[in-house]
Amino acid sequence: MLDHLIASAASFSGDVDGLFVLITVLVGVWFIAAEAMFFWLIFRFRAKDGEKAQYVTGKEKHLKKWINIPHALVLVCDVVIIVAAIRVWVTIKQTLPPADRTVRVVAQQWAWTFADPGPDQKLDTPDDIRTTDELHVEVGKTYHFLLESKDVVHSFFVPAFRLKQDADPGRIYTGWFKPTKTGSYDILCAEICGIGHGVMGALLVVDTPEAFQAWEQAHAAETPAEAASATESTPAPAAGQ
Amino acid sequence: MNIPTGRLAVWWVLVSEIVIFGGLLVSYVMHRLGQPEWAEQAAHTHLWFGATNTFVLLTSSLSAVLAHRAAEEGNGPKAAKLLHLTCLGALTFLIIKSVEWTDEIRSGFTLQDGGFWSYYYTAAGLHAFHVIVGAVIMLWVAASARKNQDLHRVENIGIYWHFVDIVWIFLFPLLYIAK
Amino acid sequence: MAQHSHEAAHVAGASHDAHHHQNWFQKYCWSTDHKMIGMQYMFTGMAMALLGAFMAYVFRMQLAFPGHAVPGFGLVSPGQYNMLITNHGSIMIFWVAMPVLIAGFGNFLIPLMIGADDMVFPRLNRLSYQLFLLSALVLIASLFVQNGGFGGAWTAYPPLSADKHYNLTPWGSSLWLIAVVLEFVAFLLGGINFIVTSMNSRAPGMKAFDVPIVVWTIVIASILFLASVGPLVAGAIMLLFDQLLGTSFFNPTRGGDPVLWQHLFWFFGHPEVYVVMLPAMGIVAEVMTVFARKKLFAYKTVIYTIIATGVLSFFVWAHHQFVAGIDPRMANVFTVTTLLISIPVAEMCFVYIATLYGGSIRLTTPMLWALAFIAEFLIGGVTGIYLGSSGLDVFFHDTYFVVAHFHYTFFPIAIIAVMSGVTFWFPKMFGRQLNEFWGKVHFWGTIIPFNGIFIPLFILGAAGEHRRIFDYSNFEHMSKPWMIDMRIAATVSLVVMLAFQIPFLINFVWSMFKGPKVGKNPWNANTLEWTADSPPPHGNWAVMPEVHRGPYEYSVPGRERDFWPQDEKV
Repeated sequence: MLDHLIASAASFSGDVDGLFVLITVLVGVWFIAAEAMFFWLIFRFRAKDGEKAQYVTGKEKHLKKWINIPHALVLVCDVVIIVAAIRVWVTIKQTLPPADRTVRVVAQQWAWTFADPGPDQKLDTPDDIRTTDELHVEVGKTYHFLLESKDVVHSFFVPAFRLKQDADPGRIYTGWFKPTKTGSYDILCAEICGIGHGVMGALLVVDTPEAFQAWEQAHAAETPAEAASATESTPAPAAGQ
Repeated sequence: MNIPTGRLAVWWVLVSEIVIFGGLLVSYVMHRLGQPEWAEQAAHTHLWFGATNTFVLLTSSLSAVLAHRAAEEGNGPKAAKLLHLTCLGALTFLIIKSVEWTDEIRSGFTLQDGGFWSYYYTAAGLHAFHVIVGAVIMLWVAASARKNQDLHRVENIGIYWHFVDIVWIFLFPLLYIAK
Repeated sequence: MAQHSHEAAHVAGASHDAHHHQNWFQKYCWSTDHKMIGMQYMFTGMAMALLGAFMAYVFRMQLAFPGHAVPGFGLVSPGQYNMLITNHGSIMIFWVAMPVLIAGFGNFLIPLMIGADDMVFPRLNRLSYQLFLLSALVLIASLFVQNGGFGGAWTAYPPLSADKHYNLTPWGSSLWLIAVVLEFVAFLLGGINFIVTSMNSRAPGMKAFDVPIVVWTIVIASILFLASVGPLVAGAIMLLFDQLLGTSFFNPTRGGDPVLWQHLFWFFGHPEVYVVMLPAMGIVAEVMTVFARKKLFAYKTVIYTIIATGVLSFFVWAHHQFVAGIDPRMANVFTVTTLLISIPVAEMCFVYIATLYGGSIRLTTPMLWALAFIAEFLIGGVTGIYLGSSGLDVFFHDTYFVVAHFHYTFFPIAIIAVMSGVTFWFPKMFGRQLNEFWGKVHFWGTIIPFNGIFIPLFILGAAGEHRRIFDYSNFEHMSKPWMIDMRIAATVSLVVMLAFQIPFLINFVWSMFKGPKVGKNPWNANTLEWTADSPPPHGNWAVMPEVHRGPYEYSVPGRERDFWPQDEKV
């Protein structure tokens, strides 16, 4: 259902969409049943002249079962949803399939910078390709990303991948994704980060292998050997000084 | 289940105080465990100042207990005197604390010197604030107790004072002794 | 205990006579009467609601028509936009939902419903309101200081909130924080008063299970608040020191930890949802039983579910932090606890629906609001399941799906249930009746546009629209034509809904002075407040009531009348 609203372009985005459908079906049935019952009761027991309300305490067995049975069924649905939710979560956040390539994602007020390892496939070497506001990846390859923030809390959000991870200053997170569909997708910052939060975006371009190679060669050539490490941190302003 | 209204309220105040100090101290302990280098900074605290203050505060709680007993006997003036003694303990505590802090700040350990010192001054400062508030209320209770009025309040402020004491008994080992 | 309060009340009754000779200031600004303090809270809350609503109007207009001047405000800058959303959230939760639901209804109803002449600590009660008023003034002041109000969202995550170099609002952020702390202290004082009063001042004969549900819910909410806010009070002091004194609790460059604040905040923040939800459920229970002429279905079950919800709510907080860099294994634990909390809440909804069975339902204005609460709150409840499921929250976290979800819980709580309560107890508060016709116009004019605002936001959120963005035209996939149309639809609905509050305000003020007068018990209800005069005098009753039965004995077989007041002897 979700892929009608937003493209589904990573290996696990289909799992998230499946979870969405599952929950919609399970809670949808309950929701419709509860609302239908509710409105039927309002209609059925509307005040009528000369008709008194019944005296029901809620301890009557034949009535109480109408609460107890749904209660147990809700628990069953909860368990199904918990299992399905944790399975998707484990896929996205708790497993780390071997990487074909590792990129670095750096958030700061209010821009994204990216480092691609370049032809030697290693980060922090002179042939790294460093880009601002645009990340190129190759379709069908498994990527690791190293996520960090230079100042405040940001959040790396790629809606088309159904992927989100906060970037807290002082920590480096490792996550993964595997793009499955070529195209260009939004990268958003999902955690408020100051007055520029509303413009803090970037593009994630999923290339075919040929296009990616062409991009890599073009950029590797134009980035001369800059020994500067991408991890160098600019000193953050000291609080309260 | 029949707790007098005033005492019941004091207990609920203490519940809310426990979660406030609890939040601060649990945060401290979690970070202390994660950052072994804080132990070196903790070594600069003055153990003897802390120990003396523990003694002073415990003694002041004793006179609070005696004040409660005097109040139960209906002896308001005696209760007032004992409460004043407790206040004197509070004052001694604060004087020792300020001497201690002056020395530490002179040695260059201030609030801005990283994680441990932030917690050290904030936790002890929040506690000292409670000592001040407790002492002020105690003077007010003593003033009416001297006239044999509202003697039940002597017990209530005593309960609060024991709480202030117990908080310090947690703070002292956590801030001074743990290395 | 009960006997004791009875005598005390009679003694107190004499001193109340002195209050008849108060001047205007003493009566309206310096009163220790629980009803006056309740109404002060309620009116302050309503005034703040207008401010919060104006903010919502400004930023929704900006979202629908970015770059155009908003009538009544002008062009919205990104900094102003952040300030507006931050303070809209803070105001609606801390300065509207809390004061109206807990302090307003709590103060007005608790002594009247348990048969007491006043709160046990009337002067503490007055101090509580004064601190609250001060906090509201500090908050309003924070909007007008140099560099503007705080714009780091109501969650105030550091380092953004802690460091003026990041948030650029040195004054705004500190004043905002001070206002929040003052507000917490005010509610701690009020909460202790509520708890002790309901424990010690019940009328003779009133056992724990004879207490109306709304009193139970307000007291349990006060206990929840008291037990959950402590760590955040500590956290707020730490954050204030980080802002002003240069400590480094949350500063990662000097040994601090920004995620600590998130834990302290949400350890309070999630129970807070139930702190405001429970009184709303209580109000709805009172209104539904009266207008269905029915005993509440399984009274004790409701109380147990309230307690279960309260206890469980302490173990779900990290579902706000699934993607916030906590250990991913922890997310699994919190997914389980979060989904389990759906059990008592679903049970509560079932019980309320079951209460309608066999009733004789009259659709008065308060009843319409109460029923609408159940119908709309269900949507908020079921959409919570999506967000509590960690695997889906990876996508939905911090999108408009979340915004729509919590507005489907908070709006029924803070507006629908409050309207139900206000229209229900209005005759008791002012001794006059509201106009039913205009009440119904207001009801439909609020409920229909309300759904018009937030259903589009669910869809936008499901399409990945992220929160707190002042202009989506910067993002290619967030500015498709259908999305722009939905934003405009939501904004138009909001404006319509706000316009329909005007008949309510007029009806309210007009009826206060000119509405038809009512007797003690216009709704034929059972609970004790309806045995006092309308409005009740200082001290509430000339002869304090005694209680002989539970609060919901409606339509008892063999009795001529279909209600049986709690204080009636036979």
